[in-house]
Formats: sequence, C-alpha cells, structure tokens
Amino acid sequence: MTRLDAKIPSGPLEAKWDRRRFSEKLVSPANKRRIKIIVVGTGLAGASAASTLGQLGYDVECFCFQDSPRRAHSIAAQGGINAAKNYQDDGDSVARLFYDTIKGGDFRSREANVYRLAQVSTQIIDQCVALGVPFAREYGGQLANRSFGGVQVSRTFYCRGQTGQQLLLGAYSALCWQIERGRVTMRPRTDMLDLIIDEGHARGIVVRDLVTGQITAHTAHAVVLATGGYSNVYYLSTNAIGSNVTATYRAWKQGAAFANPCFTQIHPTAIPPAETQQAKLTLMSESLRNDGRLWVPTALSDRRAPGAIPSSERDYFLERRYPGFGNLVPRDVASRAVKSICDEGRGVGPGGQGVYLDFSDVIEQQGADVVRERYGNLFDMYRRITGEDAYQTPMRIYPAPHYTMGGLWVDYNLMSTVPGLFVIGEANFADHGANRLGASSLMQGLADGYFILPYTIGHYLATTRLDLPVADHSVSRAAVERVTGRLNKLLQSSGGRTAASFHRELGRILWDHCGMARSDSGLNRALREIPSLREEFWRSVVVPGSGETFNQELEYACRVADFLEFGELLCHDALYRKESCGAHFREEHQTADGEPQRDDERFAHVAAWEYREDGPPILHKEPLTFEFVQPTTRSYQ
Amino acid sequence: MKFTLKVWRQRGPDDKGRFAVYEARDVSPDMSFLEMLDGVNQSLIPTDEEPVAFEHDCREGICGSCSLVINGVPHGPDRGITTCQLYMRQFSDGATITIEPWRARAFPIIKDLVVDRRALDRVMQAGGYISINTGGAVDGNVLLISKEQAENAMDAASCIGCGACIAACKNASAMLFVAAKVSHLAALPQGNPERARRVMAMMEAMDREGFGSCGNQYECEAVCPKNISVRFIATLQREYLRAGIVESGLRTEPDSADQESA
Ligand SMILES: Cc1cc2nc3c(=O)[nH]c(=O)nc-3n(C[C@H](O)[C@H](O)[C@H](O)COP(=O)(O)OP(=O)(O)OC[C@H]3O[C@@H](n4cnc5c(N)ncnc54)[C@H](O)[C@@H]3O)c2cc1C
Ligand code: SF4
Ligand code: FES
Repeated sequence: MTRLDAKIPSGPLEAKWDRRRFSEKLVSPANKRRIKIIVVGTGLAGASAASTLGQLGYDVECFCFQDSPRRAHSIAAQGGINAAKNYQDDGDSVARLFYDTIKGGDFRSREANVYRLAQVSTQIIDQCVALGVPFAREYGGQLANRSFGGVQVSRTFYCRGQTGQQLLLGAYSALCWQIERGRVTMRPRTDMLDLIIDEGHARGIVVRDLVTGQITAHTAHAVVLATGGYSNVYYLSTNAIGSNVTATYRAWKQGAAFANPCFTQIHPTAIPPAETQQAKLTLMSESLRNDGRLWVPTALSDRRAPGAIPSSERDYFLERRYPGFGNLVPRDVASRAVKSICDEGRGVGPGGQGVYLDFSDVIEQQGADVVRERYGNLFDMYRRITGEDAYQTPMRIYPAPHYTMGGLWVDYNLMSTVPGLFVIGEANFADHGANRLGASSLMQGLADGYFILPYTIGHYLATTRLDLPVADHSVSRAAVERVTGRLNKLLQSSGGRTAASFHRELGRILWDHCGMARSDSGLNRALREIPSLREEFWRSVVVPGSGETFNQELEYACRVADFLEFGELLCHDALYRKESCGAHFREEHQTADGEPQRDDERFAHVAAWEYREDGPPILHKEPLTFEFVQPTTRSYQ
Repeated sequence: MKFTLKVWRQRGPDDKGRFAVYEARDVSPDMSFLEMLDGVNQSLIPTDEEPVAFEHDCREGICGSCSLVINGVPHGPDRGITTCQLYMRQFSDGATITIEPWRARAFPIIKDLVVDRRALDRVMQAGGYISINTGGAVDGNVLLISKEQAENAMDAASCIGCGACIAACKNASAMLFVAAKVSHLAALPQGNPERARRVMAMMEAMDREGFGSCGNQYECEAVCPKNISVRFIATLQREYLRAGIVESGLRTEPDSADQESA
C-alpha cells in the first residue's frame, strides 16, 4: 500500500533546504566508488545529474534512446531559462520568482519545493556560464534578459532562440568529461522497458539495445529517471518524435505513484497543422509574445487580408481581456482565449484554426533588424514551414500540446513512492502545479540535476543496506521475461494496421475530450473509446521484421502500446478533478464570463494514483497546505 | 504531387546494400520531406515489408538526428537547413529523388539510412569541455564578455553535430565540426585555461577515429545546416599552431601560457 510522505523539512521557508542539506547523511568518499547509480535520460535533468554524480565519485551508468546524449529533447527548447538574479534591478527576488511560480501553477504545487527551485535558480546561471554557455550579453558585457509570460519582471536568460541547445551542450560537455574519466558509462541507443524491484527497492532496469535488439538487465543501488514528459500521448505535439511515457509508465506499473497526470500544458503559439499526414507541431517560442500582438478581425465574416484590416477593426483580444498582462498572460490563459475566439468562428486561416501574431508595430517602431536579431531563427523556421514571410504578414498560430506538469510523484528529496527510484526533470510532477510558466522547465531540470538530486540521493544511499547483493537474479529474470513477452506479442500480432494509425486515433480522442476543455460526458466517452481502441491494437497492429535487429517500428509500437494504456489514466484523473485549475479546464466549472473556477475546499491536493492489476487505479491524496502564500483567484487582468 | 524514390536499403553493416525504388503518391507540397518518407513507410508496413530506416527526432532542425543525402547532397538541395526542414514544395512534381545515408569511413552503416556517429561523441569526450566541478562557480556577471565575443562564440556553438560536413567532404574530414567546438570555447575566457590541451586532444582523437584531413575545398560549409563558417577552420588551425608552441614550452602571451601549464 502506497503511503505519501512528502518529507518536507520543518522551519521557515528560507531555511528548509539548508536544514535538509545539513541533516542529510553523507556517503563516505571511499564508499561512493562501490555504489552504482543508473540514470535514464540525458536531457537537461539527466545529463546534469549523471555528470554531477560521476564527479562526486559514484559509479554511474547512463542511458538514452538517441544515438548521442546530446540529442535529447531538451535540445529543442528555444526561449530561455529563468533565474532570480535581479540583474535588471526591476524588483525581482527569490521570493518573487517563488510567488510567480506558485501563482502561475494556480496553487497546485508544494511551497517548499518551489521555494527551493527559486533559491537554486541563481546558481544555475553561474554554473552554466562557467561551463561555457554563450548566453546573450549586453554591450557592456553583462548578461542580458528578456521577459516571459505570467510575470512582470525581466528574468529570462537566453542564447538567441536556442537556449535549450546551449544549456544541453553545456551539460553534455560536463558528461563527456566524466565519460572520459571513466566515471560515467554511457549507453546510447538503449530503450528502458521495465524497472527491477527487489525487496521493495528499485534495483535496476531492463533495456533493449536498439541496434542488436538484445534485452538485458542492468542493476544498481539506485535508479534515476530523467525521461521527460508525455505530451506525445496526443500524437501531435511540439515534442520530439521519440518522446514517450514508457519509462515512467512502466515504473508506475511496478508501484511508483503517478501524480496529476491530467495537468498537461497546451502552448498557445504553435504553427497550425497544415495537412493530415503531419507528424508533429512546431512551436513558436513564447518570447515572441514580448513583441508580437495577438489579434483576429472584430467582425465575424471579415475575410480581408490581415494588412487590409485597419486597427480599429481588429480585436486584440488578450489586451482587451487582460489589460494588466496583455499579450504576456500565462500559457493556459492565452490558449483558452485563442480557443474561445476560434470556437466563436473568428479564427483565421484554413478551417478557422488560428489567430494572428503580429509584429508590424515593433517593426515600425524599432526596425526589422531588431526583430531579426531577436527572433530571426523563428521567423526563418516559420517561413520554411508555411512558405510565408512574417516580416511582411502576421504569423498564424494555434495551441498545441507542449509540456506535462504531471509525472511520477516524488517527495521533497525527489524520490518516488518506490524507495531508491528517483525522478527528475519533466518526468516528475513536482514544481509547476497545474500550469508551468515559460522558461521554468529548463530551470527545474538543471536545478534537479546539478543541485538537488546529487545531495538527496546520498541520504538514501547512506541509510540503506548496500551490502545486500544488488538485485536478486530471479527478480531480474522475471523483469526480462515481462519485456520479452510483450515484444513477442507485438511481433506475432498480424493484422493490417500500423502503430501510427492507432497513435493518431488515440491522439484525436484525447485532443477532443481531454485537451483544452474537458467535461464529464466527454471524458466518459474517451474512457469507453480508449479500451476498445487498445483491444483493436493488440488484435491488428502489424510490426514487420524481428526483435533481434535494429527495428524502429518495434520501438515505436512499444511506445504506442504504453500510450494506449496511459491515456486512460490521464482521463481518469481529469474526470476525478471536478474543478478548473491552471491548464485543467472543466467546462462544468467556470464563471459566467468563462474564467476557470478553482475549488480549494475539495481539490487543494496532489492526486497520486497507484496501479492495480485488477481494477481501476487507487487514488491517494497529498494535501497542499499553504503556510506562506494565500491562494487567491488568479487574476491577470 | 508524386515522386519516384531511389532509396538505399541495407540490412546491416555486413550486407552489401542496394537501391530500391518506391513510388510516393498523394504528396502535398506542405509536407516535409520526412513526412513524405513516413507516408511511404506507412504503405510498406501493412504488407509486412520492413519500413525504410532513417534517423529523426526533433523534426525542427536542432537535434542533429536526421541525416539523409538527397540527390547527392547531404540535407538536400536547400542551403542552411537540415533534412527535416526540407519541404516538398522544393521539388517538382513527378521528379525522381535519390536518398542515401551519410557515407564516411568513421560512420559505419547500421541499417538502410542510419549510420553510427559515435565517433563524434568520442572526439568531444577527448576534450570538448571545460573541466569544472558542479557548484562553487562565481557569479555569472563577474566575467564581462563583450556582445561581439558572445555572438562569435554563439555562431560556433550553433553546430548540431549532424555530420553533414563530413558526409560532404571527399576526405571525410571532421575539421568543421571540431573547429566549431574549439572556436566556441576559445572565444570565451572560461575556455582559456584548457585551450591548448583541448585542441591537441580533439585533433588527435579526430585522426584516431579515421576522419580524413582537410583539403580546403569547403564543401562542408556549403552543406552545413547551421551555416558554420570555414573561418572557424582558420581559427582551429591557429589554435593548433599556438598549442604546439605552448606544448613545446615556449611562451606565447605571458598570461595565458602560465595558466595552461598549470
Ligand atoms: C519546442 C519546445 C521548446 C521549449 N522551450 C522551452 C524554453 O524556452 N524554456 C523552458 O524552460 N522549457 C522549454 N521547453 C520545455 C523543456 O524543453 C522540457 O520540459 C525539458 O527540456 C525536459 O527536460 P528533461 O531533461 O526532463 O527531459 P528530455 O530533455 O525530454 O530528455 C529525456 C531523456 O530521456 C531519454 N529517454 C526517454 N525515454 C526513454 C526510455 N524509455 N529509455 C531510455 N531513455 C529514454 C531520452 O533519450 C532523453 O535523453 C520547451 C519544449 C519544447 C517541446
Ligand atoms: S559543422 Fe555543420 S554540418 Fe558539421 S556537424 Fe556541425 S552543424 Fe553539422
Ligand atoms: S530531426 Fe532533429 S535536426 Fe532533423
């Protein structure tokens, strides 16, 4: 039976993290060499954790499915990373970053975790600069900042539109150093397909070598999952094609509680889908909302070209509805506003699925060169995909699944409900509540990996019996058999449908019923449709080739099989949460003017789901108590 | 639109490999090149024929996974983009398109269009980093770095490690890739202490991995999706010369030479 103990240190908010670090037991340097840690994932969270653990002297084995750790999905992050440096002297502070993040998350995250995140944010920037990350600079040589949604200070650090790339290359280079020193063994092109548990503790993983097809068990004294988010459950998202839920979902089936799966972020500014075979959606960074203005024609039937519509006949709907934050409202607020405009029939472009993101004012005021310097690569990207020049005509944008706040439940030490299983980065649920603010995922990934996990994992290792043999052979064998059985079943099934066709259908169901707006009837419908789609999948999916070779279709079918189960958990959670908060909008719970209605009486808790083999998952609640901030109605007006 | 595709198929490293011909039908000009290939694969799978293996992940030009030689040119006919950023509107309806993998001694073929590029990681492991520990870094604004310097470092740091430069080069030289990394770190004060050691180690690793030497033909720059400039190769050569002088114990600039021998 799962017990949720968040293990939050006592005392004032500012002192909690120091206290925890001081009270933690340490592992002696001599012992570290004998301790093996598995890190799955080499995004910002995984690469920073693996390199730091290697540096501390642990024996680290690190896995990713790409051919190189440098290609993890984090590489695609565009806009920037937050830190409470207050270099602009515009009133920023640790307390303000903390408050913005708690409020941005609609009061559904833990105060203690978020405060710690704000505290370590400043160290992250220093660490990255030391690693050679070429952050944008002012003429005087100081670090430059830009603004992101949901805040009124300028605290976002960036490297052109390639911040994720540069931060990841920094972490990857640190990892390279540890690999060279023999402290980290790197295993690219390896898929984690199951978790090994021995006497209640996580003691290893089962992987498939994606080149040879070989399935092996790898054991360790602790396992760290840094495997990213599950937005691809929607099929079309802004995530990399390979992003998946398999690692965290398999861990769930082995007993790790899954928290708030229904908190999924739909990003307001992606390029609208153009045709039916489309494989993914492309994000246009939130930073564009610093200078771009969202609008649609005021009149319903106005079909004129955007340039021909005078500004008196344009509805700058975010500025109108949210004068305080204007175009820089948080993502959930912006996405819902775009959706309601399009639902009213005022959307632009094919199928009315889009609104304008217009730069003509800033171009007129500051010149095209300034815009080019700030966003040139995004404008280029937009032109290549749509064939349109956004310097001349406004961009068209539409919301897209982008990020998942839900994830495996972890305590303050980032340990899941399975002792010895730690979860960091987007894969855990911890810091963003019901909605994540822009530029704060990169911050969280690096906070977890460089500065938090390396401490907290030591305490676990120092207080468990390490003289026990690592993973009993019979549990490893059983886990390998589970994996082989599943793969064989996929290979033997001999219908005529491709895995992608099922994935697309699942995505459609979830987008319609568990996307930007959710309702009792829609969710119940999804909960009927998903199981039958899953049955159909196992009856008629076709996977050519064998398991003993490089077989991309087999890799993919495995992931789709897990999405087909996980989609159900997502809807369960969404159905259970009868309130609207952050990105989770229940149609039954809104005010007369369409603003979400939160219900703190009944839902100020984390919903953590425990897997059960025979029957629906069991719900555990972790109450959220607010000692330092007062939950209020989130207002950006 | 429709196209005839001549695609390189090779079961594994020991297979000889051959071209296979496929028809791509119902292609929309708004499709990306990889979506067009997805379409071909979707039609092969139900017939139980193995789909064409190719590498991809981000599909937005930043991860460096995608790696196709299209009509003889790495990343295809358009300049300054990756394979995944190529759209079918660039091709004329009815055309025949040849698709091959990166070919280079250091990049053995795994299957069809997928090659093993771990050699690039090993070159990075040899020295493509600043060896500092986590924690204890000084405030980011202590080091003032001019805007020009930061932009120059960023120009070099934009390399996505795709290997197109190597695939385009007659000698399969990795000079542009190594130049990008060396120039990025040499442009910043943080990179200074290990400057000489880094360039020596990376150049040695490059030779060890079987990459060829630079013939100054600049095919690399022409195919680089990130427009990494060959001027960085000049920087690399300068850094290498300078390191040779430092290694042999002669002093270059009085300050940095001291740091490097420390
Ligand atoms: C287009 C885009 C732009 C973004 N821009 C920003 C931004 O500007 N600022 C910001 O803060 N955030 C941004 N985000 C969000 C942010 O990029 C991600 O949330 C973050 O990078 C996640 O990092 P991670 O380390 O947790 O996981 P990831 O980077 O997703 O890494 C996951 C790792 O796990 C491995 N893995 C996964 N599954 C398995 C498996 N089964 N077996 C083995 N290995 C596995 C992968 O190989 C990979 O190495 C953006 C996201 C997108 C999609
Ligand atoms: S230099 Fe250009 S072509 Fe070569 S690996 Fe880097 S990005 Fe690719
Ligand atoms: S798939 Fe990532 S660069 Fe092309």
